[in-house]
Amino acid sequence: MKESIVVHGIEKIIGPLLFLSHTEHVGYDELVVIETPDGTTKNGKVLEVNKDYTIVEVFENTSRLSLKGTNVKFLGSSYKLGVSTEMLGRIFSGSGKPRDNIPPPIVEEYFDINGSPINPVKREYPKDFIQTGISAIDCLFSIVRGQKLPIFSGFGLPHNKIVGQIINQATIRDSEEMVIIFGAMGVSQDEVYFFKKVFEESGVYQRVVMFLNLANDPPMERLLTPRIALTLAEYLAFKEGMHVLVLLSDMSSYAEALREVSSSKGEIPSRKGYPGYLYTDFASIYERAGRIKGVKGSITQIPILSMPNDDITHPIPDLTGYITEGQIVLDRELHNKGIYPPIKVLDSLSRLMKDGIGEGKTREDHPDLSSQLYASYSKSKSIEELALIIGQQELSKLDQTYLEFGNKFINRFIKQDWKEDRPIEKTLDLAWEILSTLPKSELNRINEKIIDKYYMFL
Amino acid sequence: MSSFGEIISVSGSLVKANGLTSAKMNDIVEVGDLKLIGEIIRLESDICYIQVYEETSGLHLHEPVMTKEIPLSVELGPGLIGSIFDGIQRPLTEIGKKFGGFIPRGVKLPALDRHKKWHFVPKVKVNDKVKPGDILGEIKESEVIVHKLMTPYKVNGRIKSIGEGDFLIDDNFALIESNGKEIPIKGYQTWPVRIPRPYLNKLPVDTPLITGQRVIDTFFPISKGGKACIPGGFGTGKTMTLQTIAKWSDATIIVYIGCGERGNEMSDILSEFPKLEDPRTGKILMNRTIIIANTSNMPVSAREASIYTGITIAEYYRDQGFDVALIADSTSRWAEALREISGRLEEIPAEEGYPPYLASRLADFYERSGKVETLGGFNGSVTIMGAVSPPGSDFSEPVTQYTIKLVKTLWELDRDLAYSRHYPAINWINSFSKDYDFLVDWFSTNISEDHAEYRQKALELLIKDNNLQQLIKIIGEEGLPEQERLIVFISNIIKEGFLRQNALDPIERYTILEKQFMMLKTIIDFYDKATNLMTKFHITLDEIIDLPIIEEIKRMKYIPNEKYKDIKKISDKMEEEFKNLL
Repeated sequence: MKESIVVHGIEKIIGPLLFLSHTEHVGYDELVVIETPDGTTKNGKVLEVNKDYTIVEVFENTSRLSLKGTNVKFLGSSYKLGVSTEMLGRIFSGSGKPRDNIPPPIVEEYFDINGSPINPVKREYPKDFIQTGISAIDCLFSIVRGQKLPIFSGFGLPHNKIVGQIINQATIRDSEEMVIIFGAMGVSQDEVYFFKKVFEESGVYQRVVMFLNLANDPPMERLLTPRIALTLAEYLAFKEGMHVLVLLSDMSSYAEALREVSSSKGEIPSRKGYPGYLYTDFASIYERAGRIKGVKGSITQIPILSMPNDDITHPIPDLTGYITEGQIVLDRELHNKGIYPPIKVLDSLSRLMKDGIGEGKTREDHPDLSSQLYASYSKSKSIEELALIIGQQELSKLDQTYLEFGNKFINRFIKQDWKEDRPIEKTLDLAWEILSTLPKSELNRINEKIIDKYYMFL
Repeated sequence: MSSFGEIISVSGSLVKANGLTSAKMNDIVEVGDLKLIGEIIRLESDICYIQVYEETSGLHLHEPVMTKEIPLSVELGPGLIGSIFDGIQRPLTEIGKKFGGFIPRGVKLPALDRHKKWHFVPKVKVNDKVKPGDILGEIKESEVIVHKLMTPYKVNGRIKSIGEGDFLIDDNFALIESNGKEIPIKGYQTWPVRIPRPYLNKLPVDTPLITGQRVIDTFFPISKGGKACIPGGFGTGKTMTLQTIAKWSDATIIVYIGCGERGNEMSDILSEFPKLEDPRTGKILMNRTIIIANTSNMPVSAREASIYTGITIAEYYRDQGFDVALIADSTSRWAEALREISGRLEEIPAEEGYPPYLASRLADFYERSGKVETLGGFNGSVTIMGAVSPPGSDFSEPVTQYTIKLVKTLWELDRDLAYSRHYPAINWINSFSKDYDFLVDWFSTNISEDHAEYRQKALELLIKDNNLQQLIKIIGEEGLPEQERLIVFISNIIKEGFLRQNALDPIERYTILEKQFMMLKTIIDFYDKATNLMTKFHITLDEIIDLPIIEEIKRMKYIPNEKYKDIKKISDKMEEEFKNLL
């Protein structure tokens, strides 16, 4: 590392940004420590360098900073995270400092938190099925190791419970152990307690690393949290060969912090005030999932984000959906009806399931079955809408059967207990049981041989 | 004049430098101690604005900048086929071999392999006169592609020496004497990506690009040399549809640009294509495919360049007389890259923050499609198919709107269709093919004289059905008169039995045109006959719906291509069943 440069005094402060003059030898993206006269320090990084001034983004807030008497120290390199396997079982702040009153772990290696893009040629296409024990996910939106599959949630919806259940139950068929990295951005203390409890109860605590930026922690720090979490994940997955599950919650708080920096810099906003590069910025986080050829480990990402006003077209869920390999969308209506997990089947999708399911992986009937269930449920929904207008009595006999199917699908297939762990075979059998409500002739997405083998006459 | 300068500002991918007195617009520069690659995108008195194609983290003021005094160019020659490049044509396979799983910064590797020997067979003799675009000889580039070494642009003269043999691309394949000078001809040439390669004439389009996808080939076909866009929100199947076209279309060469999209999608292509066989040649699909992969997490300015890199390579093969299909997924990500760079330049934005020149840049790109007479006198074509990803599925946004205006074929993806897992989710009401008017003759000669008539009838039925569906939402299907219920019934058969096509099923994924037409004809004939029976002989719809033949019509799509004539039997059986009704 280079010797650090110290600048005395700040030219101006706008929001989270500091403007400094006379800073000749500073590098773009360099890490900065700000020392106030009363001895406290804050951290930041260089956002822009030019001949007249340097712009520094402060991760903590800038309140009580003064122009004079403040020293700004440039550390000569971008943010590097010291990583080691000793970090397992520990809790850190959103910027990577210990938060559990234990001395920092001994660092094995340092990595730039921005990472480097994975060479597309070296990516291994993900296809190992992860069984979550949740029927809706396993059958309809199967997750594979190395996938990035977000949960689109909303205020008050039980996304944490679903993630908790996945952590409790997730098994991969070759039974290798999973490591969990939890990156929290702007979450409440209650949520942290909930997750701690889940980790303790499921006995995975020693395999969990938490990076916590709580709701009352500085918002700018949130811009670091996912990158820090993923830097450790890359180390554990690709250097140590572990299978890592990264949970990031809540990406909406992250995006809001990004918007704040952007508007302080006076950038031209795109939709809803978010910067035009939100897509690229999100991609630099989400794309850090996957597998690499010839390397044992993997990174599976489950980001959680809350849709403002339950609006799926809002830039945050919208841009996320364009990057991630599908999405699991939660439905307020189902939740209010007391259905858990309240998964909005028609809006949800897993893009990578096709190679992770079927013969030799889950069961031969799985691909056709899930496509048929989905299509039939879609049809039952449109009949439901029709019934609202013309009345259920006016429906044809077949249409009434569809309503019955739709009802069973939600109440027996989707609905399940928080502690109920359904193996994939049980899920698929249950799906056939419900699908058999419909006459055979309606099952036009399933191969005839498979129908003959599994269809149940009730 | 100095080709050296120093950095005076860094902000994201934009670097400003001064002192480069010999700087020209769009020239390539090396930035900083790491020699990151950048392009000059604005000149203001002494200051150069440089768009850097790599992550700029750690750049300092006063670090050196050097202009290479050439515009951003690509290498064109044998070895392109089967390769995968990033947005500025760096060979990703080589980078992977050298640097492992991640792409480091400042990598410099030649695009084309310098150590591979190619067998060259001359097609001209010493003393022959040659002009630009003329073919000097042939190189077998892959199992299916015979690469043609062409006389470079602006070179006129006589062949001084040429001979058969095995050469490295840096070797001299021939010498051309031109105005008293000897010009050595290497195995490759370079071309600036932002300048379209020249051709003699643009020709009218007259042949369809056959994709094997029924909704496309029969209803909304694209011509060889045409331009199409495929807009759709996330999860509607843009990538899936484009990948299907990349696999099965009858273009000779496919250039696939993954522009700002998912890394795993690229790895899917890379693992799948080398295993798939071309249904026509039986040869491996990778033998005709070139991939440009600049995924969403790779530098944004290289994403902007990737489109140009891809189209220039496509034009190069067009100039050899090939039919090239260029697939760009997604042009919206490219437009966003433009917006991001424009924002950093502090340009005054037009709609939704996009720069005012968005429309003209899009037009420039799509204009590089077409069927042409090449400089060498061959016919070649570039067909462009671009995905558009409208934010929030809002089709009124600028990229979607400008693009729809430019293209001749529109495949609009429909969220409701995708929700009911109807793939390809191409909406049959809003999509269009202006190319079909030019292709009518081709279909009439090669498939059937009444192709246009059947197509029209089917489209009309679908439009009527669409209106009836609105009505059904209010009064229910039972409330419709018999004739209209028949339309709804037939339309459902068209949708399920014809339009919906399973890209993963080995028989279904590719349907030959002859079979497509037979299927459509059978369905429409069924409708005509049923109408006749209902109006003239008072047969009820319920009697018709109960006919056993309907199951067979719905399953026609599972008849293998080579047995397509079996559909005639279904058609005969249909006649029989109708007769029995009377």
